[in-house]
Parts: sequence; structure tokens; C-alpha cells
Amino acid sequence: MTQGNDLTSSGRFLEVDDLHVSFSTEDGIVQAVDGITFGVERGKTLAIVGESGSGKSVTSLAIMGLFDKRRTTVSGRVMFEGDDLLKLDADDVRKLRGSRMAMIYQDPLSSLHPFYTIAKQLVEAVRVHQKVSKAEARDQCIAMLHKVGIPSPEKRIDSYPHELSGGMRQRVMIAMALINSPDLLIADEPTTALDVTVQAQILDLLRSLQQEFNTAIIMITHDLGVVADVADDVAVMYGGRVVEYGDVNSIFRRPEMPYTLGLLASVPRMDRVRTSRLDPIPGAPPSALKLPKGCVFAPRCSYKSQVPGDVCATDRPELLPAPSGQLVRCHLPGPTRVEISRVKLGELAGDSTAGGAA
Amino acid sequence: MTTQTASDDAVLRLTNVRKYFPVKSQGLVNKVVGQVQAVDGLSFSVAPGETLGLVGESGCGKSTAGRTMLRLLDPTDGTIELNGRDITKMSRRELVPLRREAQMIFQDPYNSLNPRHTVGSIISAPFQVQGITPPGGIKSEVQRLMERVGLNPEHYNRYPNEFSGGQRQRIGVARAIALQPKLVVCDEPVSALDVSIQAQVVNLLEDLQQEFGMAYVFIAHDLSVVRHISDRVAVMYLGKVMELADRDVLYSKPLHPYTHALMSAVPIPDPGSSARRERILLTGDLPSPINPPSGCVFRTRCFKAQEQCSVEVPLIREIKVGHYLACHFPEDRAVFGEATEVIHGAGPSEGELSTTGELEDDATHAAEGSQNFIHDEVHEGRNYRPF
Amino acid sequence: MSTSVSVYVLRRVLSMLLMLLLLSLIVFLLFNVLPGDPARLTCGKACTPEIIEANRHRLGLDMPVIAQYWEFLKGLFVGRTYAANSPDPVQCSAPCLGYSFKRHAEVSQLIKDGLPCTMWLALGSFIIWMVVGIGLGVYTALRRGRWQDKSVLGVALIGYSLPSFFIGILAMFFIVIKWHLLPYPRYVPPTEDLSKFLQTMILPWIVLAILYAAFYIRLTRSQMLETLNEDYIRTARSKGLPDRTVIRKHALRAGLTPIVTSAGLDLAGLLGGAVFIEAIFSLPGIGSLALGSVTDSDLPVIVGVTLVAAVFVIVANLVVDVLYAVIDPRVRPS
Ligand SMILES: Nc1ncnc2c1ncn2[C@@H]1O[C@H](COP(=O)(O)OP(=O)(O)OP(=O)(O)O)[C@@H](O)[C@H]1O
Ligand SMILES: Nc1ncnc2c1ncn2[C@@H]1O[C@H](COP(=O)(O)OP(=O)(O)OP(=O)(O)O)[C@@H](O)[C@H]1O
Ligand code: SF4
Ligand code: SF4
Ligand SMILES: [Mg+2]
Ligand SMILES: [Mg+2]
Repeated sequence: MTQGNDLTSSGRFLEVDDLHVSFSTEDGIVQAVDGITFGVERGKTLAIVGESGSGKSVTSLAIMGLFDKRRTTVSGRVMFEGDDLLKLDADDVRKLRGSRMAMIYQDPLSSLHPFYTIAKQLVEAVRVHQKVSKAEARDQCIAMLHKVGIPSPEKRIDSYPHELSGGMRQRVMIAMALINSPDLLIADEPTTALDVTVQAQILDLLRSLQQEFNTAIIMITHDLGVVADVADDVAVMYGGRVVEYGDVNSIFRRPEMPYTLGLLASVPRMDRVRTSRLDPIPGAPPSALKLPKGCVFAPRCSYKSQVPGDVCATDRPELLPAPSGQLVRCHLPGPTRVEISRVKLGELAGDSTAGGAA
Repeated sequence: MTTQTASDDAVLRLTNVRKYFPVKSQGLVNKVVGQVQAVDGLSFSVAPGETLGLVGESGCGKSTAGRTMLRLLDPTDGTIELNGRDITKMSRRELVPLRREAQMIFQDPYNSLNPRHTVGSIISAPFQVQGITPPGGIKSEVQRLMERVGLNPEHYNRYPNEFSGGQRQRIGVARAIALQPKLVVCDEPVSALDVSIQAQVVNLLEDLQQEFGMAYVFIAHDLSVVRHISDRVAVMYLGKVMELADRDVLYSKPLHPYTHALMSAVPIPDPGSSARRERILLTGDLPSPINPPSGCVFRTRCFKAQEQCSVEVPLIREIKVGHYLACHFPEDRAVFGEATEVIHGAGPSEGELSTTGELEDDATHAAEGSQNFIHDEVHEGRNYRPF
Repeated sequence: MSTSVSVYVLRRVLSMLLMLLLLSLIVFLLFNVLPGDPARLTCGKACTPEIIEANRHRLGLDMPVIAQYWEFLKGLFVGRTYAANSPDPVQCSAPCLGYSFKRHAEVSQLIKDGLPCTMWLALGSFIIWMVVGIGLGVYTALRRGRWQDKSVLGVALIGYSLPSFFIGILAMFFIVIKWHLLPYPRYVPPTEDLSKFLQTMILPWIVLAILYAAFYIRLTRSQMLETLNEDYIRTARSKGLPDRTVIRKHALRAGLTPIVTSAGLDLAGLLGGAVFIEAIFSLPGIGSLALGSVTDSDLPVIVGVTLVAAVFVIVANLVVDVLYAVIDPRVRPS
């Protein structure tokens, strides 16, 4: 996405607006998602990045309508081509699943039914939404398997999932997701379980299929490298909230939320001169059972003292537009954030490169 | 054969170590029909206080190597020396006192600690096994250790499930360093942790190494983390070391095609960088370690493979001082070529850098021999990628 | 695949035979060191030590145990003649599991007589408990946490904690003796008088099924819940399949597979005789035979019944494993 685009504008293909999801459990209310706002357009990729437990998967399952209605409270809006998915009839949402929106998951082995052949599982996906014969569906599937790069698909289609390698299985999952040419593909950590060399293949595959089908992709990941590689826009999640949201260049080169900065500082960079020490964020992420009252990041934030009073601990910051274009959820004044970011990124880049806050 | 330093003060020295797992048939009688060649001829040494990184794809034998070097698995062949003593054939009993000198940290912070033991008893186990009472008593020593690794000593009596993943890994670290071993084998110690926690544990491991002078064998598949922590790095593929060199040498100018492919596949957290980098996409999947390819085991996926590679095993040899390589046709170029740095440092403003494609025609890029990923080729061309 | 499956089955059958041999040895040895002198059982009331000794010799009971075992094994295949040199030798024909001098009958004949009754008992209650257990188990899993789930589970817990002989005695007392709702049980084969057969069997079937049904409700429910949480169920949902299809085609098959194991073994266990139920309802099955022979210290019968019961369990194990290989492609030998 280009700069200057209004991130809060509605009318995009998918708009998630102030989504909240909570579960009632024996231990109490789990506030898994606590204010999510983002959108994505056809042919573009939005990356959702965040640590374990930040609510990434719950967000995607809420969009797909895959939650247990009785234990889950969902509020907010999920606008899909003008319809609010949260207000639609359950059966109408079901009809969208697999045809207009599809999802792939982290572990391709456990995501495929162990007792059925690839053919059976793929054909079924076709025939829920299309009135075609089994033979026609099978031909479609073979063509799709070919497209996702499975060698001799007419033979492989009769294999069982356990007979394929991890990379092949993920290709099958992708084929299954794209078989009805959906407009939206949600990929929940699709390459986390794979080796880097296979990850590179899969990411390339997704990229080329996206171009072909003009799919909107939501890529969920915790790997900043993958984000930088595939994303047009990025939503950074922490403690169930989107804490920063902008186009990929702003997020990586002008991050303003202290958490985003902290994440960028934590990862060792292969493309830069080796630093003698990593710069981790102190502490650990909060529990979804007991989110902090004010800013969710406050217990770990080393800049909260720069906010006058104890506001960070008491008041919840809103996700507001920053002058530079992205949306930021932080009490620090804009100029202070920009200065913090500039100094920190300068430190990270070291002397050999001038990347970042130029 | 390829032991790196001639000095005999190595903490650990492996010579041609193999570990095969038998594969049994399911016929009328169980007979061994093959061998999983999980580790196939490993030779290197680890100097006191240094960190040797061990990287490679899943299933290449890293964990098996780690376990075998500490005799948690019995090697099929070869010799293992720990602090100058040959431990290859020692009995379990003879090994017990040696466990003081070498310890292991495991990947999974959730399953590697006994859930029914308190943290205190987990960390004090090494003292009890060795029959050692530190000055001041075990409990105070354990609490000191807990404090040292960043745990609250008051949590002495808590159980592992009351701790987060990062904290559990700290418990594992405390247990491993309790007896101040000379060598710690870390098997993917941070792979299961979140990025921000990962950095905490990496820093802790580095600090402890500074303080106690331990040597690490650091097993991981994350090349960035391995680069950060290691002094030297060995790259494994299908049970064999393909390349072993000083960290900076290896990461700036690897010679083995596999090392190149691996490094070029690592996504860099810098938008647009992929357009500027040369990507080598490997074709196909890892071959089976039961029936590895003839000649060079990497040849089925290697973009440089030639006739010779399928008939002649490339023996690992020292081709420069301290740089070991197993390849007939080494690469001769940088991974992050100077070009990349030039663009990165003195390039146009970031706005122009932002979109991919803009740099496609960049002269420097072209000079490197630009390659565009053509989807179908990868799957059809079995082992050749045009450059 | 089919040749490798048959090789697999063949291999399993061979190892099964080996296991049976070992098992028969153990059973034989075990019961021979138990108290109770088989020779004593061979002579009636007017017994003298001399007669006992003479009988012991005639029956070969003074041979070493291993030699006796060998005789026993031989008897299984070629039959056996007890007291061959005496005026009235006892003949035991080919699959000779031994001879009961107490009952003056071949053990194999005794078992053959008892088996149909036990089989009808086991099969009938098996069908009842499988239908009820799986049906309610799936039902509760799909309504987890609601009142239907809670009440079924509550009732199942009661059924689970009441011993079946207790329910059996209660049922017998009230339904048959006090209220005369059913005639006093007297077993007749179904071929002879079907309605009499059903009247006799219905109570034991239900009583026996209660305990198992309670167990199978809980087992099915937990298996189903586990399966419904699997990633592939989520995949099936995200394909847009209707819930009905997801449950019928994806969840049931995977969720019910592990139940095959317990079902096979439980059925086999019952075929070896349901001791208490048979006793309470006076059913002339293997269970009653076993009980009687224990009280009489009738050693050959005990050994025979134990072996037959063991054969059922071992065969069931084999059948279960083969079924598994048919259902789950992952355990198919390749
Ligand atoms: N069905 C559920 N019932 C109760 N709590 C849940 C449920 N699903 C998720 N949670 C909780 O919601 C929070 C967010 O979970 P989520 O799976 O979205 O995290 P995530 O960002 O996807 O993390 P990861 O990177 O580990 O996949 C977690 O604290 C999790 O324990
Ligand atoms: N006990 C075992 N019996 C048989 N094969 C084994 C055994 N342990 C490991 N293997 C095989 O040996 C090979 C190497 O396994 P190993 O666990 O050492 O790989 P790794 O490099 O640690 O992989 P990962 O990154 O997935 O941990 C694999 O093919 C594996 O299947
Ligand atoms: S709101 Fe306060 S605590 Fe939160 S990130 Fe900003 S400065 Fe830190
Ligand atoms: S020896 Fe041949 S196949 Fe092996 S890595 Fe070198 S060039 Fe490639
Ligand atoms: Mg998740
Ligand atoms: Mg491993």
C-alpha cells in the first residue's frame, strides 16, 4: 500500500473494526481479542504480527466465523464486501467459507484428515460449493495440485497425508484453500513448521498465486523477516490489541510504538554487522485472563516514565493516526515517539548501514 | 581427519562419529532392512569457552549429533573425546562423574522438565546425582543459581507448570550450569520461545559463558541466532557436515552451495530486501536418510551439481585455514554482496526503496547475475537452476 | 498393499499361536501348584489313601509337571486316554482340553455346552451397550456443557458406580420374584423357543449392558470431544461443510476408531464367561461352569476355561489390530 492512504477509510474489501472476542472459561473471562482494527484490499497482503497468545489466531477464526457461539462473545464489525459477517446468519457465513474466504494453518499434517486421501478431501471442498460431478471435481483438483507445484498430481492425489512431506502437505492445504478461487485467504503461520528452504518455496508460491487470483491475503506470523518479505500492510498485535498499524515501510523504518521498536530490536539481523548483545524486551507478555488496565504494554515499557503522571498504567490509549501515516496506540506525544524511534533505530543499524531512520 | 585445532586442549573432539538407527521390516520376522543414517561421519572439535553452532534443516541429524556427543545415544562408529578422555566406549557408570563436565539444554521447555518435581528439586538434581554439597548447602546454591538465571529464588518450591516458556527454559539453563560444566550442548534452546523472550535467553547464555567460560555446542535452525551466538558454525545436511568455518567467514562468503541456498532463503526483516537479494530456491524435498543419494548427498537439490557429484563423494577437507568444505564445485561469491550494502547505505531515500521491482534493473543487481524466480522451473527442473 | 497386509496377518497369527502355547504352559503350571489334589477328586466318598495313590498313578498325575504338560499338549491334537491299563479307561477325543472326573465329562464338551448361552448373553448385551453408549456418547459430546449432557453423564455415573451383581440381584428380586413381571429364568436355546429365550435373556442383557454402557458413554464422549478439537475438524469447517457433514464424515470416523479396541476386548472378555450375571440368572454358560469348577476345585475344567477365555482375548486382539489397519491408513504396513 502506498503512503498517505487513509488506514481508517472504510470501503476496502475486508474491514475489521474494533473487534472484541472473549471466552468464558473455568478460570474466568479470557479477553483474547480486545480491540482490533484493520482492513485489506484485493491483491494485497496484510501481515498480522505478534507474540504467542496475542490473539492472532482468535482474530482470524472470528473472521471466518469458526468459534463456539455459546462460549464466545464477539463484538465489533467484520465488513466483508459491505456485509457484516458478525450479523449474518450462521449458514450464510458457512457458505462464504471455502468459497469466498479460505484459511490455511500452521501444521499441515494435523490439518488434514489422516484417514482420507488427498483426493477425497479436495473433491469434497469443491463439491460443497460447486455443482459438479466427482470426476469433474477431481480434474479441477489435479489441475490445482499442479498449480501449487506438486509433481505428478494425478498420482499424488490418491496419497494419504502422512505419505507426503511437510512442504507437499502445505501445498495441498494451499490447493484446498484456493480451489474455489476465494477473494480472501487467511494464512495462520503457514510456514512456521517448515524449513527455511521450503518456507521460501511456499512464500513464493503464495505470491504468484495471489497475483493470479488477485486474492487478499492476511498473513499471520511472528517472523518479522516473513512480514518484511510478503506484506503490504502490517498490524502489530500485543495483548489482544492492535498497537500499531501501517504500511510495511513505515512499520519497519519509522515504528512509533515502543513495542514494535522492541520487537525489531530483539531479533538478530543476518544482513547487518553483528551486534555484541541483543536488546530484548524485559518481562513477559500478559495473560489474556488478566490484561493490564491501561496500556497493555506498560509493564514492559521502558518509556512510560516519559508520559506525565501514571497515565500508562491507568488509561487505555486509543489507536490514533500518527503524523507519519500509521496508526499508533500509545500515550507518548508524537514528536517524542519519533525521536525515540530515530535514536533506537540508529543504534540498531550501527555504523555500517544507514538503514532505518534516515 | 578434519579436527580443527591441533591443540589437544579441546573440550570435545569427535572423529568420524556415526549414528545409524536400524530400520526393521514388517515381514514375518523383524529383520533389519536398512539404516537411518542420522549422523554420518562427524568430525570436529570444540575449544574451551567457544561456541560452535550447528545448523541445518529438520531431520539432518542435529539432535542426534548432540545426543551422541554426550553419549545419551551410543555412537555406531567413531570416537568421542571429552576433555582429552575417550568416552566412546565408557559404561553408563563410568560416565556418571563425567556428566559434571558436560550438560545438555533441550528445546521444549514444556516437556523437558518433570511436571511433578519442584523447581528446587529439578535444579538440585545434578548435585544429588554427583553427591556434591556446595559450600552453604544445596538449597542456597540453587537459589543463587535461580537468581543468576533471572528466576525469583522464592519460587524454589513451585512446579514447572506455574512458569512461562521463557522461565522454564531458564530453569533448564540453571540445571545445566549447576555444576559449572566445561561444555553445554544446547539443542534448539530458544526455538520454542517468542522473539522478545528468545533474545533474553540468548543474552543469558552469553553472559553465563563469559562468567564461567563454558563451551557451547549450539544447535538451531535459525541462522540469524546461530550467527549471533557462535564463534564457528557447522552446516549439516543429511547427517553430514557440508561446511564448517569461522562465523564471519561462513556468513560473508560461504563456499558450499547448500550454505548459500540456506542463507539466501532466510527472510530479512527489511522490506524490499528480497528484491535486492539473490534468492536461490532449492527444488524438491530432503531425500530420505535411509537411502541417501550417491556421491554428494546434496546433489539432488544442488544447482551446481554435475556428473562427478553423483559418482564421487566430496570428502570434507580444509581448503583454507579453519575452513572445511565438502564440495567438488565450491561457490565463489558473497551472500550479502557488497552491492547490497552499497544500496542499503548510500542508496536512494527509503520511499523509493519501498516497492519491489524498482530495483530489478539496478545495475548492481544485474552485475550479480539477476535471477527471477520462475515458478514452474523449480518443480520441473530437478536439480538445475539457471543463474 | 494387500500382500503386505496378508503377510502382516500371517505374522500376527504365528505370534498369536506362540503366545497361546506360552500361555497354556503358564496356566498349566500355575494351577498345578495351587492347592486341591486332582487325584482326590477321582474317588468318591469311600476313599482310602491307597485308592488315591493308585488313581494318581493311573492318571499320570505322579509324573513331573512338564511331562504332564506334554501329555496335555498331545491330547489337544491327538486326543487322550486316561487310565489306559485299567478295566474302565476314559477316552477323551481330539481337541482334548482334559477330563473332569468330577463331572464325568470331557472339558471340551462342557465348554461346548456352555458356550452358546454365554455367547448369546455377550452378544445381546454388547449390541445394547454399543448402541446406547455410542449414541449417548456422541449426543453428549455434541451438547457439551448443556443440561442434556450433564443429566446423561450423571445417570451414567450412577450406572458406572453400581456393581452389576448388585443391580442383577435387585432386578431379579423385584422384577421376577416380587412383581412377577417376567417368568423365572430358565435358559432355552433361541432355536427351541424364541419368546422363552427372550424372556430369559432380556434382564441379564440389560443388567450387564448398564455398566458397559455407562463406560462407553464416557469413553465415546471424551473421544468425540478430543476429535472435535482436532485441527482437521477445523479444516473441514473452514471448507464450508455443513456441521452435519463435518460430524458424520470427519469426526465420527476418527472419534470412534479408538473405541474399536475396547469394544473388541470387552466382548472377548465376556465370551470367556460373565460369572456373576450367569450365576444370578441361573444361566448355564461358561461363567457358571467356571464358578462351579472353582468351588469344586475341578482343575481340568479351570484350566480349560481359562485357556478358552485367553484364546478369545488373543483372537480379539488380532481382529482389532487388523480392523485398525483397515480403518487407519497410517498403521497399514507399507
Ligand atoms: N477457545 C478458547 N478458549 C479460551 N481461551 C482461548 C481460546 N482460544 C484462544 N484462547 C486464548 O486467547 C489468547 C489468544 O490466543 P491466540 O490463539 O489467538 O494467540 P496467537 O496470537 O494465535 O498465538 P500463537 O502465536 O501462539 O498462535 C490466548 O491467551 C489463548 O490462551
Ligand atoms: N530413535 C530414532 N530411531 C530412528 N530414527 C531416528 C531416531 N531419532 C532420530 N531418527 C531419525 O534420524 C534423523 C535425524 O533426526 P534428528 O532428530 O537428529 O534431526 P534434527 O536435525 O534434530 O531435526 P529437527 O530440526 O527436526 O530437530 C531423522 O531422519 C530422524 O527421523
Ligand atoms: S502508552 Fe505508555 S506504556 Fe504504553 S507503549 Fe506508550 S509509553 Fe509505553
Ligand atoms: S559436490 Fe556437487 S552436488 Fe555436492 S554441493 Fe558441491 S556442486 Fe553441489
Ligand atoms: Mg496462533
Ligand atoms: Mg532436533
